[in-house]
Amino acid sequence: MTLKQKGISRRQLLAGSVAAGAAFVVGAGFVAAPTAAWAMEVSHLQPATMATLIQMARDIYPHDHVADEYYAAAVKGYDTAEAAPGIEAGITALDAAARGKGHPSYLGTGWERDRVDILRGMEESAFFQAIRGGLVTGLYNQKAVWPLFGYEGESYSKGGYIDRGFNDINWI
Amino acid sequence: MTAPFELTDDSVVVVIGTGAGGGVLANELAQKGVSVVALEAGGRYLPEDYVNDEWESFGQLAWLDKRTTSGDWRVARDFSGLPAWIVKAVGGTTTHWAGASLRFQPHEFKTKTTYGNVQGANLLDWPIDLAEMEPWYEKAEAKLGVTRTGDRAGLPGNNNFKVLEAGAKALGYKEVHTGRMAINSADYDDRLACQQTGFCFQGCKWGAKWSAAYTDIPRGEATGNLEVRERAHVLKIEHDASGKVTGVLYADKDGNQHLQNARIVCVAGNSIESPRLLLNSASAMFPDGLANSSGQVGRNYMRHMTGSVYAVFDKPVRMWRGTTMAGIVQDEARHDPSRGFVGGYELETLALGLPFMAAFLDPGGWGREFTTALDSYENMAGMWIVGEDMPQETNRITLNHDALDQYGLPAPNVHFDDHPNDVAMRAHAYRQGIAIYEAVGATRTFPTPPYPSTHNLGTNRMSENPRDGVVNRWGQTHDIANLFVSDGSQFTTGAAENPTLTIVALAIRQADHIAGQMSQGTL
Ligand SMILES: Cc1cc2nc3c(=O)[nH]c(=O)nc-3n(C[C@H](O)[C@H](O)[C@H](O)COP(=O)(O)OP(=O)(O)OC[C@H]3O[C@@H](n4cnc5c(N)ncnc54)[C@H](O)[C@@H]3O)c2cc1C
Ligand code: SF4
Repeated sequence: MTLKQKGISRRQLLAGSVAAGAAFVVGAGFVAAPTAAWAMEVSHLQPATMATLIQMARDIYPHDHVADEYYAAAVKGYDTAEAAPGIEAGITALDAAARGKGHPSYLGTGWERDRVDILRGMEESAFFQAIRGGLVTGLYNQKAVWPLFGYEGESYSKGGYIDRGFNDINWI
Repeated sequence: MTAPFELTDDSVVVVIGTGAGGGVLANELAQKGVSVVALEAGGRYLPEDYVNDEWESFGQLAWLDKRTTSGDWRVARDFSGLPAWIVKAVGGTTTHWAGASLRFQPHEFKTKTTYGNVQGANLLDWPIDLAEMEPWYEKAEAKLGVTRTGDRAGLPGNNNFKVLEAGAKALGYKEVHTGRMAINSADYDDRLACQQTGFCFQGCKWGAKWSAAYTDIPRGEATGNLEVRERAHVLKIEHDASGKVTGVLYADKDGNQHLQNARIVCVAGNSIESPRLLLNSASAMFPDGLANSSGQVGRNYMRHMTGSVYAVFDKPVRMWRGTTMAGIVQDEARHDPSRGFVGGYELETLALGLPFMAAFLDPGGWGREFTTALDSYENMAGMWIVGEDMPQETNRITLNHDALDQYGLPAPNVHFDDHPNDVAMRAHAYRQGIAIYEAVGATRTFPTPPYPSTHNLGTNRMSENPRDGVVNRWGQTHDIANLFVSDGSQFTTGAAENPTLTIVALAIRQADHIAGQMSQGTL
């Protein structure tokens, strides 16, 4: 999963887009970080839908030391002709649930605890379960994410850990 | 070297499945000069093919054919299409297994006598005992190169073990060591010593862990007496008017069907597929399935009382480094009803990589309660609980006529409800596991629910009396003299120990019996 770095400046980016919550900017056909650190093109989903989906992914599996681009990569696969209608419907329902609790939209809900409260309300829905289930592999099976948790992955090519600390614990 | 036998050759022994039971049986028969055709649904993967990547390896090796679930076990909710974690490949689940190789305790062959009447449990004594099995265990240990048996040394302890050991000793446990493992602590039997790579569940790329895939299977083939047909999925066992089995119908990799004739058929497809095959082979003569006059085919499904305890510490453990399961506490394996349950359990180290930890720590869990646990992944230690579960007639494999597999055959439904004894034992084991880690400073502990079943047992059980079970003391079906069961489905009861050493010992013993009967002309 690669995210396209767009060759645009932060100012250009912000000029053609609107802030979606605090975390994202969305423009025609893309979602990006306010810092322009990463941007993702979308071709089937509304950019605002993708931005909401990325936030939802983070709220389901929040890791403060894992940047948005990994969550974006985890849900990028939903940007297909087949998946898009279901995702649009699910995010529409999510926004409606947010409004039902007095917020402008899901992304416009400032506190994580309020967003989690909205998610709890739809926890049993097929949409929520599909997104959550997909993230278990979509997020945690990204090799780029593993080092952020200290996990070292493949070890055979390095000769295993026999000389690399299989028993190096020093506090026990 | 492989010996191609004709489909019409009715002098061969057909072995269905090439895992711990079938792979060993096929080789042992071939070594004795018996002609064997082994039919294996999966493909052939060797150490160079294995991948140090949990999901990729799972996709390469796991049995993913259609299955359904029911019952009160949490697996039915969290993994409804995946009741069991077993392998479809030459060598079977011995590619995935961790290698823990323990003998049964004497009383575990005699649970009905020892435990008495346990309400709701279909307990039965095995028709064999430990004294009879001892020489076969010894042969099995030598074959597998089990550490701490014979003159084989134990493995060195990794980080995960050191945490377990310190906690267990602080609690006063005495039988704490790096296990009896089918993993080489020194070069043995043309296989390397363990390099502590830590992907034992994904197939050992060094061949340090015993697997039938690269030991028994090629050795059997080298005799010229064994032909292993891979990607050959057996659909049905055929019989004649006298009620003897005559051969098996199988589908090759392209889906073309063939009939392989046989003098003897041995079923070793693991405890879900073996009874399913017998049930799917029902005929006018055997309307309830083959070898099912007792009605016990598919019943008494056992999966061991399992669970895990993970714990987070304030400092790194890096449990994934080194052997996945080389560490054990055996003090609770005894039968001691004063604890509130019959039978006992073992505590064994277990490590999962980050991808599997995310899937199995708390299936369905989400939010910060879940993610803060994974944030401390580097500081985690883990153990697996494996104890004796009660055989229950209603825990069973049945044919689900509403769910068909890729060949149009009814898929197996796996029904499982915990017995109150299982629940009481699990609660005790969680408490002890948590106490072990708290004794060395755990800041948070996780009593983790059972995974899809890795130990599948009991669905064609062994009995003295044909009324009580499916096979006799040799694994020969009570009803059909030339039909045998050669895998863990023979288990009368499950014992606390990991099952594979016993499956292998029974297979070596069965090969001896079959070859003997063949040469005497009684089979
Ligand atoms: C992750 C993991 C860890 C484990 N760790 C341990 C451990 O440490 N110690 C221990 O004792 N046990 C362990 N086990 C369990 C052990 O692997 C099994 O007990 C053992 O392999 C079972 O042997 P078996 O012969 O019954 O079946 P298997 O080894 O599963 O072999 C059955 C074979 O039959 C084939 N088959 C099935 N149906 C058909 C058909 N219709 N036609 C043709 N072929 C068919 C399958 O493809 C498979 O290859 C572990 C299992 C797993 C998954
Ligand atoms: S830890 Fe040892 S046994 Fe396990 S895969 Fe690595 S080398 Fe093989």
